[in-house]
Amino acid sequence: MVTARSPAAASPRMLGGRADARPARWRRQLGAKLALLPLTAVVIVVYLGCMLWTVRLSFSSSKLLPVGDWAGLQQYERLFANDRFLLSAINIGIFGVLFIGGCLVFGFLLAVFIDQRVRAEGVLRTVFLFPHAMSLVVTGLAWQWFLNPTLGLQKLVRDLGFAGFTFDWIVNQQMVIYTLVIAGIWQASGLVMAILLAGLRGVDEDLWKAARVDGIPAWRVYLSIALPLIGPMVVTATVLLAVQVVKLYDLVVAMTRGGPGIASEVPAKFVMDHLFERNNIGLATAAASMMLVTVVAILAPWIYARYVRETGRRT
Amino acid sequence: MPMFRLACLATAVLAAAPLTAKAEMRAEVLHWWTSGGESAAVKVFAEEFTEAGGTWVDSAIAGGQAARTAGINRIVGGNPPTAMQFNTGKQFDELVANGLLADLDAVASEGKWQDVLPPALTEAITRDGKVYAIPVNIHGINWLWYNKKLFDEHGIAEPTSWAEVAAAGEKLKAAGLIGLAQGGQPWQERSLFNAMLVGDGGTDLYYRIYRDGDQEAVRSDGFRKVADLFKQLQGLTDAGSPGRNWNDATALVLTGKAGMQVIGDWAKGEFTAAGQVAGQDYGCAIVGQGGYLMGGDVFVFPVVDGASSADETQATLAEVMFAPETQIAFNTIKGSVPSRLDVDVSGMDACAQKGAAALKDPARQVPTTDFLISPDLSGALDDVITQFWNNGGMTTDQFVEQFIGAMQAAG
Repeated sequence: MVTARSPAAASPRMLGGRADARPARWRRQLGAKLALLPLTAVVIVVYLGCMLWTVRLSFSSSKLLPVGDWAGLQQYERLFANDRFLLSAINIGIFGVLFIGGCLVFGFLLAVFIDQRVRAEGVLRTVFLFPHAMSLVVTGLAWQWFLNPTLGLQKLVRDLGFAGFTFDWIVNQQMVIYTLVIAGIWQASGLVMAILLAGLRGVDEDLWKAARVDGIPAWRVYLSIALPLIGPMVVTATVLLAVQVVKLYDLVVAMTRGGPGIASEVPAKFVMDHLFERNNIGLATAAASMMLVTVVAILAPWIYARYVRETGRRT
Repeated sequence: MPMFRLACLATAVLAAAPLTAKAEMRAEVLHWWTSGGESAAVKVFAEEFTEAGGTWVDSAIAGGQAARTAGINRIVGGNPPTAMQFNTGKQFDELVANGLLADLDAVASEGKWQDVLPPALTEAITRDGKVYAIPVNIHGINWLWYNKKLFDEHGIAEPTSWAEVAAAGEKLKAAGLIGLAQGGQPWQERSLFNAMLVGDGGTDLYYRIYRDGDQEAVRSDGFRKVADLFKQLQGLTDAGSPGRNWNDATALVLTGKAGMQVIGDWAKGEFTAAGQVAGQDYGCAIVGQGGYLMGGDVFVFPVVDGASSADETQATLAEVMFAPETQIAFNTIKGSVPSRLDVDVSGMDACAQKGAAALKDPARQVPTTDFLISPDLSGALDDVITQFWNNGGMTTDQFVEQFIGAMQAAG
C-alpha cells in the first residue's frame, strides 16, 4: 500500500522542481518494479485468478471434475436449503465471537500477569506460548482424549470418588461447539499474550510514575492508559485470530469430526468434504464463495475506514 | 580430472537406466494400502508381477481420500500412474465418461471374468458395455462381530434378526456392559444403518431405495421399522461413542468391555492381531434375511499414450492380479474374500468361509451403496443418518422427510 501510494503523491512536487527528474526517477525505479513483477504476477494469477475461478465454478454443475457449463444459482439454492451448511454458519459465528473475545481477554490477563516482573518470567512466557507451537491436530487430539467422558477428565474425577460428576460437553450436541472454543483459546491465547506483552513493555515508564504519584490503582492504569496505548497490538492480535477463525478446519477434524451428528460442523469442513470426498465441486465452490463474500463484507467497512477515508481526509 | 569424468559416466549410466527399464514392463501402482497387513497383502501383487517379468513401482499414499485425490490430479494433469486403486463403485464414473481410463475388454473376455465374478461386480466394472476395472477383493460390510465368552456367560445365542441383536444388547447393558460398541463417525453409522436395512427391511427395499431412488419406499412401514430399531440400538452404546474410531470399538469387543460391533470384515485383522480365533473367541454373523453387502477395491488403468485400451504392461498386471493363486494369497492377508467365486477357500478362516458361502448364492449378493448412488448423494444421506443417530429429539417422521429431501437435492 505504502509503496504504491508514495510516488504518486510525491511526483507532482518533483515535477515542479526539475523537468528531467521524472525519467531519471522512472529509470531508477525500473529495477524495483521489475523485481516486483513476479510477485505481482503471482498475486494476480494465483490468488485473484483462483478466487475468480472458484466463483465461476460455483455457477456450474461440476461434480468430480470442473466443467464450464452454466447452472445458474442451482448450487446456491441447494446450499441455503442445506441444514449442515446453515448450522456451520451459526457455529463459526459462535466460535468466532467467543474465540476472539476469549483469547483477547485471557491473553491480556496473562500479559498483565507477566508484566508484574514475576520471578522466572522467561519460563512462564515459554509455557504460555508453548501451546501455539503445537499443530491444531495435536491440540485437537489431546483435547479429544481429555474431554472424552469414558477416557478423560470425567472418568478421572469419578474414579476419585465423585460418582455424580459429569462433564460430557464433547458428546453433547448443544455444548460441543464450546469445547472447540476452549481448545482454541488454550492454543492461541499465548500468542496474544506475547503480542500484548511486547506492547505493555513499550509503554513509557514515566506514565507509570506519574500515575503512581497521582495514586491511581494499577488496574485502572492498565485499563484506561495502557490498553488504549497498545491499541494497534490489539488490532494485530485480532486480525491474526480472525484468520484462524475463517480457516478453522484441522481442530474440528482432529477433535470432533464435526460430530456428534453434524453439531460441530464448520464451513471450511463443508467445503473440503464436498470438494474431495463427495465429488461435488459445484456445491463446494458455492460454499467457498459464500465464505469469501462474508469475509469481504466484514473487511470492506474496515478497509474503507482505514484507508479510503483517511487518504480522502489527507488531500 | 579422472574423478570428474568418472562421475559424468556414472551419471550417464544412471540416467540411461530408467530409459532401458521403460522398454520393459514398468508399472507404477498407486494405492492406499499402507497399514501393516495391507502392505503385506499388496506385496503379493508386487511379487507375482515381478515373477511375470515386470517391474513394480510402489506408489502408496496413506488414506483413501488423499490417494484418490492425488491420483485423479495426476490423471487429469497428464502424468498418470500405470494403475490406480478405487473402491468398487461409482468413484471412477467421471474418469470413464471423460475418456481417461483404458478399457480391459481383451483381458476380461480372455479370462472369462463374466463367468467367475458375481453379477453385481461385473456390472460395477462395466460402463457402456466395456470393462474398465479389475475387482481384486470383496469386503463384507454388514458383519456382526461378538465376544463369544460374554455371550456364553449371559446365555445369549448368536442373533439371527436385528430384533434379537437389540434384545441381546439390552441384556448386556443390564449386566453393566456396553451393549453395542459403535464408532461414532458418519460412515460407520451409515454402515450400521444399511446393514439393518438389508437385514431387516430386505434386499427388495434396499434396492428400491438406493438403486431405483423410490421415495415411496422410504415412506414405507418397512423403512420406518428399520429406523425405529436403529434408534433403539443407539441406546445400547456408551457415552464415549461419538467420534470413536472403528478399531477402538473393536478393541472394546475383544477385551470384553462390549458385547458386539457391526462393521466390515477388516475388523478381523484386529481380532487376529490380538491372538483370537474365529469361532472360538469371537463369532461372526450376517444378521437378518441374509443379504451380503459387498464392497471392495478395484484397480483402474489410466490411458497411456492415447491408447484407449490397456497396453501390454497393464494387461499383464490385470492378469496377474486376477489369477486364482494371487487372489487367495492376497485376500488371506487382507481379510477379505476373493472377488472370483471359482477359487477354493477351504484354507481360509471360519468367517471368510462363511462369507464365501454367502456369495455363492446370487440372491445374497448385494452391492454396497457405493455401487448404486453417487458420492454426493451418499454424503448427503450420511448427514441425515448421523443426525438421526445422534440427535435424541429427532423423530422417525423427521428422519424420513429429511432422507427424502437429501434424495431430491442430490439425486
